[in-house]
Amino acid sequence: MKEQTFTPDQFDKLNKDEKHTEVVVRESISAWKDAWLRLSSNKIAMLSLIILIIVSLAAAFGPMISEQDYQTNHLKEKNLGPNATYWFGTDDLGRDLFTRTWMGAGISLQVGLYAALADLVLGVIIGGIMGYFGGRVDEILNRFCEILYSIPSMLIIILLIVIMEPSMFTIVLALSITGWISMAWIVRGQIMQLKNQEYVMAAQALGASTARILFRHLIPNAMGPIIVTLTLTVPSAIFAEAFLSFLGLGVQSPAASLGTMINDAIKAWTLYPWRMIFPAAVISITMLCFNIFGDGLRDALDPKMKK
Amino acid sequence: MIKYVSKKFLSMFVSLFVLASATFFLMKIIPGDPFIREKAIPEKIREHLFAMYGLDQPMWKQYLMYLNNLLHGDLGMSMKQQYMSVTRIIKESFIYSAQIGLFAVIVSLAAGLILGIIAALNHRKWLDSVTIIIAVLGVSIPNFLAASILQYVFGSKLRWLSVSGLNDPTDFILPVLALSFLPAAFIARLTRSTMLEVLSADYIKTARSKGLSGRIILVRHALRNAILPVVTYIGPMTANIITGSVVVEQIFGIGGIGKYFVQSITNRDYTLIMGLTLFYGIILMAARFVTDVAYGFVDPRIKMTRGGGKG
Amino acid sequence: MRTRKSALSFVAALLILAMVAVGCTPKPESGNSGSTNNGTTNGETSGESTAGKVFRMNIHSEPSTLDPALMEDNVSGTLATGIYEGLTRKNENGESIPATAESWVKSDDGLTYTFTIRKDAKWSNGDPVTANDFEFSWKRALDPATGSTYAYQFYYIVGAQDYNEGKTTNADAVGIKALDAQTLEVKLNSPTPYFLSLTSFYVYNPVHSSVKDNEAWAADAASIIGNGPFKMSEWQHNTSIKLAKNDNYYDKDQVKFTGVDFTMISDSATELANYETDKLDYTGKPTGEIPSEQIPVLRESKKDEFVTKGIASSYYYQFNTEEVPFNNVKVRKALAMAIDREAIVESVTMAGEVPSFGFVPPGIIGLKEDYRNEVKDDFFTENVDEAKTLLAEGLAELKLSKFPKVTLTFNTSDGHKKIAEAIVEMWRQNLGIEVGIENQEFAVLLKNRTAMNYQISRAGWGADYNDPMTYMDMFVTNGGQNNTGFASPEYDALIKKANTSGDQAERIAAMTEAEKILMDYMPIMPIYYYSNTYMLKPGFKNIFLDYKGDIDYTRGYYQAN
Repeated sequence: MKEQTFTPDQFDKLNKDEKHTEVVVRESISAWKDAWLRLSSNKIAMLSLIILIIVSLAAAFGPMISEQDYQTNHLKEKNLGPNATYWFGTDDLGRDLFTRTWMGAGISLQVGLYAALADLVLGVIIGGIMGYFGGRVDEILNRFCEILYSIPSMLIIILLIVIMEPSMFTIVLALSITGWISMAWIVRGQIMQLKNQEYVMAAQALGASTARILFRHLIPNAMGPIIVTLTLTVPSAIFAEAFLSFLGLGVQSPAASLGTMINDAIKAWTLYPWRMIFPAAVISITMLCFNIFGDGLRDALDPKMKK
Repeated sequence: MIKYVSKKFLSMFVSLFVLASATFFLMKIIPGDPFIREKAIPEKIREHLFAMYGLDQPMWKQYLMYLNNLLHGDLGMSMKQQYMSVTRIIKESFIYSAQIGLFAVIVSLAAGLILGIIAALNHRKWLDSVTIIIAVLGVSIPNFLAASILQYVFGSKLRWLSVSGLNDPTDFILPVLALSFLPAAFIARLTRSTMLEVLSADYIKTARSKGLSGRIILVRHALRNAILPVVTYIGPMTANIITGSVVVEQIFGIGGIGKYFVQSITNRDYTLIMGLTLFYGIILMAARFVTDVAYGFVDPRIKMTRGGGKG
Repeated sequence: MRTRKSALSFVAALLILAMVAVGCTPKPESGNSGSTNNGTTNGETSGESTAGKVFRMNIHSEPSTLDPALMEDNVSGTLATGIYEGLTRKNENGESIPATAESWVKSDDGLTYTFTIRKDAKWSNGDPVTANDFEFSWKRALDPATGSTYAYQFYYIVGAQDYNEGKTTNADAVGIKALDAQTLEVKLNSPTPYFLSLTSFYVYNPVHSSVKDNEAWAADAASIIGNGPFKMSEWQHNTSIKLAKNDNYYDKDQVKFTGVDFTMISDSATELANYETDKLDYTGKPTGEIPSEQIPVLRESKKDEFVTKGIASSYYYQFNTEEVPFNNVKVRKALAMAIDREAIVESVTMAGEVPSFGFVPPGIIGLKEDYRNEVKDDFFTENVDEAKTLLAEGLAELKLSKFPKVTLTFNTSDGHKKIAEAIVEMWRQNLGIEVGIENQEFAVLLKNRTAMNYQISRAGWGADYNDPMTYMDMFVTNGGQNNTGFASPEYDALIKKANTSGDQAERIAAMTEAEKILMDYMPIMPIYYYSNTYMLKPGFKNIFLDYKGDIDYTRGYYQAN
């Protein structure tokens, strides 16, 4: 391409009015408001949000709607299909599945959310540090993660059972002790890739603090994989809770969680499919809505996605 | 490179030592021992068995004894299957898990990447939605349920495949599918998410405007830049899958290594617990090492050999 | 750039290595299993000639050993039934019948047994089975260096305990002696009327004398030499075991199966699916399981194949009688009386169990017939009103205003959990008390139980030999199994009397009295007597479970209807 040359006579001086056209005319709105505007125009995401709210309300108040309770056995009416008395049917001890499902949903969703939150905080901080500093810091933390990840979690859980009382806190603790590591590795990989980008170097050159670079520049740009990993954490925590129950640390009967209900139902799912379908459907629908809403949220928060 | 690798090996060795030590003391402080039974073994016999296995020694002595044997490459005999050495148990059961596992890794990687790319290229179209639904079901249906359904439909009802065992090549299909379900779904989600970001990035737009065809953009730029989280994920995933899944092996009656990770602990089979933990540790660390090396291949700007934060 | 290239080639090398490793590993099932498949599954298509010749059953998991001295579980025991044979065998009624010993003589004082080994008894390699083999095997099991957990089953024999506990290293002091190749003399500490029953127990099985030169002999099919109706032909660890008929077996004419195939499937639904797709001839207890929820359905739909058989095992809850509130007998009784056992066996366990109101299960021989028929288990009855009164009185005696917080613990299992949930709910509805439920990992539960760190705990007990004593001696003061705090000198005296007497009538009377004391004090709350359910394909005959639920397939045969 030929070199362009400019001469002063090719330029005109702007008059005052014309200067204003360079100013943004659109009303300045905050990033959050902007995000919300975009989110609320995403109909599927909003529908997901509504379903999520309904599920949460059902988990909180569902057990109160029915006249049944979650623990009374009706041995003469066990394994009934859904009917007018037992809306979701009954289980192998004749307990009402409607109340049990929503009670279980309440417990399981809490477990899933708390575990995801713990994983998020620990994983992002430690993964961020590993990825950003690299070198010896990375080597040591990374090895620490690998060692922790390799220790049989069953041993840790049994130890927890011995020294702690079963409670929501213990369950989340048991799930989070090693749960955050996958997140940390994902974040580490992303940060290692992102930290070589020009804008990071620019920020470094401008003397921005490490924390600022990490949390203002790097983490937001790694949000995609982080959100996806979180959406895996929730269901896996819900099912891991069932395994904790198996070891004696999870929800203790007669209380139910969705995970333990599915575990119980799996043995007879060909005979009494409803015992599995309702709790499984609650998990799947919730997860689906989480994901769609999460995608919508990410699209809304991420300016690059603007159409 | 050689210096880098040898350094890595040295630190891996140290890590394995820490892992062995932590696991050793952890398993010793939890209640129970290999000779606890519902039909209680008389005290004298128990004492004698403890002496036979050196369990009557102070813990630090047992620890040193174990380390000493370990340095000589001796993982000891199983305390439950008393006629089998730990090495032999691992060797004979790992074969099954590794075969199924490697297939599952390949299947889930292929399926996940393809689904993810399709979804990303069709962002907000029906194909994208279908993929999301499949992927979400994939992560929210536990593998024991997937395995049971596959077994019931294809084994018991349609009778196209055996319900269990590994006697025919076709017997691999169901366990591999059951194992691949979740990782494939996760990889699809991960690929889709990062692909979308990369596809909207400036340089891809530039490349597009330069008139490169869509496919070349995809392969050359987008996938390579989007694949990093997938690479991160497949490291530990491979380690987990090839060391077996308790439920899938149980449901399909496969004599793999997966169940030992649970069984050795319920039996308090100390030597086997240690052997399995170290075995898993080595596989995981190797997988993580390969991941790091792969980073450099995927994105040359990532340099493993030096700290990057300050420079 | 150079780093990148070498990294690339490193990854490539690793990949190639992995592939080579996988490619080189032997196929899990190679040629030999293909040939056995011809004998089993393909047999159905190739006509009557091979159908039913091989018996196929599931054993759930890898046997922990095939060395009789070390055996302690029913998976190993089930294999031992085929591979080994003791001095005696059990028939379907639980009676001891001649096996490797063709006859025996008991001295008048009941202290000496002299067994005559049959001349045609042979090992699977053709060597004769002699009295020396038994002396060697039993003393080997007692040798502390062997590390047998069940060695105490030999303690009835003179000097056995001292030798096993290391008080003497002189094996000659043990009362087991081969007088000649055919004659084995056994001297007992006290007349033990059930001693013959013990000689069919797997730890009493003989092992070939060559085992002393090969430490790992029990690890592979090739090095296991047995004297039973079958011999090991293939052992794929963790997957399957195949037995073939032993042509050196003295009674081989009565052995009709050409082989027995055992699979190791630990999932009960998978086991059932294999049975339904004709890959198994037998499914269910003792080494397998029919999913409990399927039992009511299968009992109807597979009437001809479904069998329920009561076995000599008891299911019960035990109380920690050293702690409030179960240090009060009225509280214990109230809890025992306030549940509906019939509903539990009908609706919860569903496998044909029998509600229990005593400790010793049916199937155990008493004086002449079944002990439980001679001594009815009517030690208490279910009565909610009376239970309420007892509970109120008990709490008043303890000066408690309300029932304290207690927890029922059980080892993790779906079955135990369901029973616990049902019982706790019955207590809640009938007595208005809240009892927590906590499942524990088995080792943790056992540890807590021995440390008396529990309030109510699930427990179960299966017979070791065919005599009420296998149950009654559990609850002697400070007995290894007695983790309840129950201590009664009167009870101890009665057990001692039954243990030293050679007179069966006197023994049974003493044990009856002891059981009454036990049930009066109620450190344990009986729930039900176990039963085993299984399904057997039509045409298979003479395969049965003995009194304690162990399967005998050795004389089974197939006859198409």
